[in-house]
Amino acid sequence: MKNLKALIKPALLLMALAMLTGCSEKIAVLNPQGPVARSQYHLIIWSLIMMSLVLAVVLIIFVYVLARYGRKNSDGFDPNDTGNRRLEIIWMVIPVIICVLLAVPTVKTLFSLNQPPKATAAQAQTAGESLTIDVTSVQWKWLFRYPGQKIETVNYVVIPAGTPVKFRLHAYDAMNAFWVPELGGQQYTMTDMPMQLWLQADKPGNYDGRSSNYSGKGFAHMTFKVMSRSSTDFDRWVNDVKDNKPALTHEKYMELLKPNTVKAQAFSSYPAIVAKDLNKAQMEALMNGESVDTDSMHGMDMDHESGEGGSQDD
Amino acid sequence: MIESIKSFMGWFFVTGDPMIYGADASIALASIGIVAVLTYFKKWKWLWEEWLTTVDHKKIGIMYIIAALLMLFRGGVDALMMRAQLTLPNLHFLDAEHYNQVFTTHGTIMIIFVAMPFIFGLMNIAVPLQIGARDVAFPFLNALSFWLFFFGAMLFNLSFVIGGSPDAGWSSYAPYAGAEMNPGVGQNYYLIGVQISGIGSLATGINFLVTILKMRAPGMTLFKMPLFTWSILITSVIVVFAFPAFTVALALMSIDRLFGAHFFTIAAGGSPMLWANLFWFWGHPEVYIVLLPVFGIFSEVIATFAHKTLFGYAVMVWSMVAISVLSFITWLHHFFTMGNTAPVNAFFSISTMLIAIPTGVKIFNWLFTLNKGRIQFTTPMLWALAFIPNFTIGGITGVMLAMAPADYQYHNSYFLVAHFHSTLIAGTVFGIFCGLHYWWPKMFGYLLDETKGKWAFWIFMISFNICFMPMYFLGLMGMTRRMYTYPAGLGWTPINVVMTIGAVGMGVGFIIMAYNIVWSAIHGKKDKTGDPWDGRTLEWATSSPAAEYNFAHIPEVSTRDAFEAMKEAERKGEADSKKPYAPIHMPSNTGIPVIMSAFMFVAGFGCVFEWYWMAIPGAIGVIACMIARSFVYDDHHFIPVEDIERTEAATGRLS
Amino acid sequence: MTDATLSLHEKDQSKLPLEYRTEEGDLRIVGFWIFLAAELVLFGTLFGSYLVLQSHTAGGPGPHDLFEIGPVMAETIVLLISSFTCGLSTLELRRHNKKGLIGWLIVTILLGLVFLGLEINEFYTYAVHEGAPISRSAFLSGFFVLLGTHGAHVTLGIVWIAGILLQLGKRGITTVTARKAFMAGLYWHFLDVVWIFIFTAVYLTGLVI
Repeated sequence: MKNLKALIKPALLLMALAMLTGCSEKIAVLNPQGPVARSQYHLIIWSLIMMSLVLAVVLIIFVYVLARYGRKNSDGFDPNDTGNRRLEIIWMVIPVIICVLLAVPTVKTLFSLNQPPKATAAQAQTAGESLTIDVTSVQWKWLFRYPGQKIETVNYVVIPAGTPVKFRLHAYDAMNAFWVPELGGQQYTMTDMPMQLWLQADKPGNYDGRSSNYSGKGFAHMTFKVMSRSSTDFDRWVNDVKDNKPALTHEKYMELLKPNTVKAQAFSSYPAIVAKDLNKAQMEALMNGESVDTDSMHGMDMDHESGEGGSQDD
Repeated sequence: MIESIKSFMGWFFVTGDPMIYGADASIALASIGIVAVLTYFKKWKWLWEEWLTTVDHKKIGIMYIIAALLMLFRGGVDALMMRAQLTLPNLHFLDAEHYNQVFTTHGTIMIIFVAMPFIFGLMNIAVPLQIGARDVAFPFLNALSFWLFFFGAMLFNLSFVIGGSPDAGWSSYAPYAGAEMNPGVGQNYYLIGVQISGIGSLATGINFLVTILKMRAPGMTLFKMPLFTWSILITSVIVVFAFPAFTVALALMSIDRLFGAHFFTIAAGGSPMLWANLFWFWGHPEVYIVLLPVFGIFSEVIATFAHKTLFGYAVMVWSMVAISVLSFITWLHHFFTMGNTAPVNAFFSISTMLIAIPTGVKIFNWLFTLNKGRIQFTTPMLWALAFIPNFTIGGITGVMLAMAPADYQYHNSYFLVAHFHSTLIAGTVFGIFCGLHYWWPKMFGYLLDETKGKWAFWIFMISFNICFMPMYFLGLMGMTRRMYTYPAGLGWTPINVVMTIGAVGMGVGFIIMAYNIVWSAIHGKKDKTGDPWDGRTLEWATSSPAAEYNFAHIPEVSTRDAFEAMKEAERKGEADSKKPYAPIHMPSNTGIPVIMSAFMFVAGFGCVFEWYWMAIPGAIGVIACMIARSFVYDDHHFIPVEDIERTEAATGRLS
Repeated sequence: MTDATLSLHEKDQSKLPLEYRTEEGDLRIVGFWIFLAAELVLFGTLFGSYLVLQSHTAGGPGPHDLFEIGPVMAETIVLLISSFTCGLSTLELRRHNKKGLIGWLIVTILLGLVFLGLEINEFYTYAVHEGAPISRSAFLSGFFVLLGTHGAHVTLGIVWIAGILLQLGKRGITTVTARKAFMAGLYWHFLDVVWIFIFTAVYLTGLVI
């Protein structure tokens, strides 16, 4: 039985390695498709290496000790072996070093993620140097507003490849989290605090996004597609939406704000109320003819001009 | 009239699902069965006098453990239901609403009603014995703590059949958990059930802090205490400083829901993020409340079955102190992705990583306790040994999660779920199973069967790995927690199938363990010596089970591993001669704790349904019980010398 | 009920104050201090929540609009004096003067009742006359719950001390009643300290800032 146990761990590790190398395409986080996801991927791999070392050391000592002192009649029993200052200092110092080795890149990456990634492709005419998209989570759908382009989409978002995209995140009702694993890590959406997330796709392609923070009955279906397109395709798409899609009416917008799941859709324009990024309470107050209480937007406002909408940010 | 009664019943009782009706029927049958058996065997008086009114820490410990095992069964069934639903894509075994309730109750029950009471049970049994005390500092309060936990748990579980279960997750994030988006009584059950049992937890923390600080046997200085007692001392400090924050958080959300306040609402300036802060300010220390005690258990068990003193005792103690301090400054790592500034996230990233240092030190000290030992592979030792590699995996993934930018990718995914199960199962669950097997003879006077225990261990431990190792990859593939279903074609299916197989295996392991408990109750080997494991600490110095008064003479302590030293002295023929007995002062049984907690249950149930005609009399009952208690002066008795002699003779300890 | 039955592990403790003389008394007083530490965390959390929400008035009345220095000063002075009389009661306890102890405790709970009356009046004024009930805004939720929790503690303290008065009347000053009176005193002073924080963090900052 002891031998069996000794075998399990290496077998699992082997399996893990096989999975890492064999089918990383299915493993979204380990298949980064943009600079943000890539910087996080590097951090993950670096920590995985360090941590594997730690695990290996623990396992080697573990197996050795059990094999050596687990047998009946093993020699070397020493009940007076109750401490060793030098050894204890060693295994206190080594974790400290590992922590430093992990903390430095962590903090660096943390600060770098506040900055837009470097553009890697020619800019789309309709987008400019960087594109700003206002994202609103509503039970259980995603609304994407292009303040510069004055269009709105639901449950899918088209972005130009190689161009940094600033997602400004809002919640209409429940808290959700905006996550596109192949492009980068997530941020929450909240009713009282607009947040921002820079993402960028290297090349054209479709990426799965979903809400990662539980928000009720339809949460599992709260997915969206991120479609990265070349600059020219992006321009074409914007113009196509402007020309061919219906306008988002006030009634239709109110319909969208109800808790349900809907299909992907696009709108050539939106009413002014959409750009106010009202939350559910503010919207209800407005509908009841009360003054909208704006001082509930108290949180750490990471992006001071948000809430105005409309203006292109560049 | 009849119509309105009908519609009330339809609203009051949960309806519409065959599984619920099954649960209704089995609850009714089980209740009738229990009442019938008690009546038939004329056991009501016995139940009342021996158990419901007891203030004996050993009996309270046993009741904690029985309740925790029952809750573990319920939480485990919840887990199996979730795994069944997620085995294949697009299943309809559970619908979204039902699934949401199941994961909420699974999490809440496992943390609040399994891990906590199991640990409270083990510490009730072991700590007074380990420090050579006759009971805890406040036996009445101890009984009250148990009954508050018990009725809190009952109230929470009632939601399954009456009114509907909570469905906002065990962390109940606002604003989703608020009245606006989550009407109905389910969330009230969570808030009030957990609140009632939380008050009991706080009282337990105070009780054990005073017990350990003030009631140690003569000669047992702090640094001669057994490691388990140390771990409970530190845990009690964490309880005292963390639980009030949770009490407040729960109260504020209750006030939001019941009285229309705006602490965490979207409207009128409420701050949903405040909930996250308050919840995790308790929630993270809570993780260590359920982990440090099992560190203590493993330290005892590993030292006992390696037949060595613990390696690096002082460092082991100080590392627990360090963990307890750090546990209060890491709570924000539960929401790195909630819009904190980079410096804030950096601070909490680093503070979280720092916890790995004392924890790593402990792992190496355990390994070096085994080194040069004479390792004996008993069932409790197997659980302790399995803890080391499995928990290390939980620990290193914890460090990975601590790195905020990487956490943006792990957060709320199955990677996170796998991580906290690696720590909570390989840590807490292995630990409580380890402690259960280890102290079982001390609780009941017979041993659990080793063969069956080992079968249960291997099946559970291997299945645990089958279930949770693949889960890390599922998380990296983008599957998030709390999804009730997922579409085909994402490559998630094979992993989910494997995980379900593992979950079933863990269920099988648990059933074997339950069978072992029943089997051993009939056929188990009796422990006549009181020291079946060749133990090192004082709990093994008295009979199994220990007499009501624990020790006929309070032992005198001069070293660590006090009992080992006593045995050594005896081997050398230096045992001191028997002293005469003196009457022993003991607390008397009282019915007030159980009655007061029952009133609390009534008040809580009234609050859940906002029936103040019921809540107010319940609250008055609670206050009346407190006043009644204040006027009780005759709350103790003396055990005469003849009784002590008789008891000691019966256990063969009177030479 | 004599002291002898309670002081099992009696050492040479005759020099200690009565409430510390038995092992049970000693344990309970230590436990009570720890309980007060937990209460400190509880109020700390409430203060934290209040301070976070203080500015979240949602267009409703804020601290400036509501608070008036007069009633608040009255509450403060009454409670401070009650803390003083409570301290006098402990002095009488040390002197084993039953009459003095009971007398000062009665004065203390009477002052406590006055404080409660003033506070209830303040709440009533805000909620009914000023249109500022608990459900008006996050600020008011924080205000009412923080002060309400303190008020509930004061109420509980009054009930508790009343119960102790009955026991003192019946049994006189024993190790048990001495311990109870002493602990109630600790509790009362603690509530006074909390009020000082409320006075500073809620009223002073509310009026000044």
